[in-house]
Amino acid sequence: MSILPNLMLEFAKTGLFSIGGGLATLPFLYEIAANHPDWFTAADVADMIAISESTPGAIGINMSTYAGFKTAGVPGGILATVALALPSVIIILIVARFLNRFRSSKLVEGALYGLRPASIAMITVAGLNVAKVSLVNLAAFEATHTFGDLFCWKAIALGVVLFLAQRHKKLKKWHPAIFIALSAVVGILFKF
Amino acid sequence: MKDLLDLYLVYMKIGFINFGGGYAMLPLLERELVTKRGWTTMDELRDYFAIGQCTPGLIALNVSTFIGQKRKGVAGAIAAMLGFLTGPIAIILVIAAFLQNFASIEIVQHAFAGIRVCVCVLIVQAVIRLWKSSVVDVFTFVLYAVILALSVCSSLSLLPVKIPTVALVLAAGVAGLAASLWKNRKNAAGQKGGDA
Repeated sequence: MSILPNLMLEFAKTGLFSIGGGLATLPFLYEIAANHPDWFTAADVADMIAISESTPGAIGINMSTYAGFKTAGVPGGILATVALALPSVIIILIVARFLNRFRSSKLVEGALYGLRPASIAMITVAGLNVAKVSLVNLAAFEATHTFGDLFCWKAIALGVVLFLAQRHKKLKKWHPAIFIALSAVVGILFKF
Repeated sequence: MKDLLDLYLVYMKIGFINFGGGYAMLPLLERELVTKRGWTTMDELRDYFAIGQCTPGLIALNVSTFIGQKRKGVAGAIAAMLGFLTGPIAIILVIAAFLQNFASIEIVQHAFAGIRVCVCVLIVQAVIRLWKSSVVDVFTFVLYAVILALSVCSSLSLLPVKIPTVALVLAAGVAGLAASLWKNRKNAAGQKGGDA
């Protein structure tokens, strides 16, 4: 009976403390797995990393839905996910009000002057992380030590074509979802 | 009411196609919110990301709340958030209920290997577009390079300690504040000197 409030509390805590999101949620998920092995296990978290790589949505969101469902069915899945999001809503509502009032203040503008390049750096890191799992094959390189095995040539070819298409005058007006869908088809046809 | 429904629906769409989470969401937000609807600007989005990454909570959720709040206050924030969560919740519930081995199905693996390439390219395009308005001088370029290097080295375990991302981001905010205050003071002093 008390499992739902408990579940919501744990995921609200995860939402509150995983600053930045993405993999920042992982340590909290492993901690929940250790404290509540009846909810989900560390192996479930590993599975969820794999699923999150192949579905839309951040891993924190996916994990809360999955764990909530496993422990308390569909209502559990929905409530745990909403609990994860709650701290974000409350804190950003406060920050947004503050930001509207102090938008033109020298202090806010000064902090943003430093936060903006940091933000671009983090976006670059996200790109590098995706490149690491999609454009290169470290395992194959370590096995053969052949330089040519380090790169997934098919993936790099697709990447170059996509990059040029998205710079093209007409094609760049296409919705990103179209490029995503086409890439999935290419991946299946050419066995990426 | 119609505005709230619009917010919910746009975010539901974004939630369904947001492969890769937080930062990978930027190209989709740009298309749906800036280009198609004019609800916000790329510069404003960039600032929401800059703030959303150093405040508690998942970055994707933080940015969604910002946009919803800007359009329709508290109700808007809730509508955007619920919309954004709809897709992932629906998909994971289906997978958890019916497809235990989803991630190991061969055709799924091939499809997502293709999708990952696309997500990577979309992120590169976003970096190129944001570069001009964020990396504006030598100081911001050095800050960008240092944070990128520290973050990469930290994730490859090349440093004696693991630096949490939030520490890097907060340090960048403080450095930016200090640099801009120093610049202001220098400018003010320069003006005074000119007057005398």
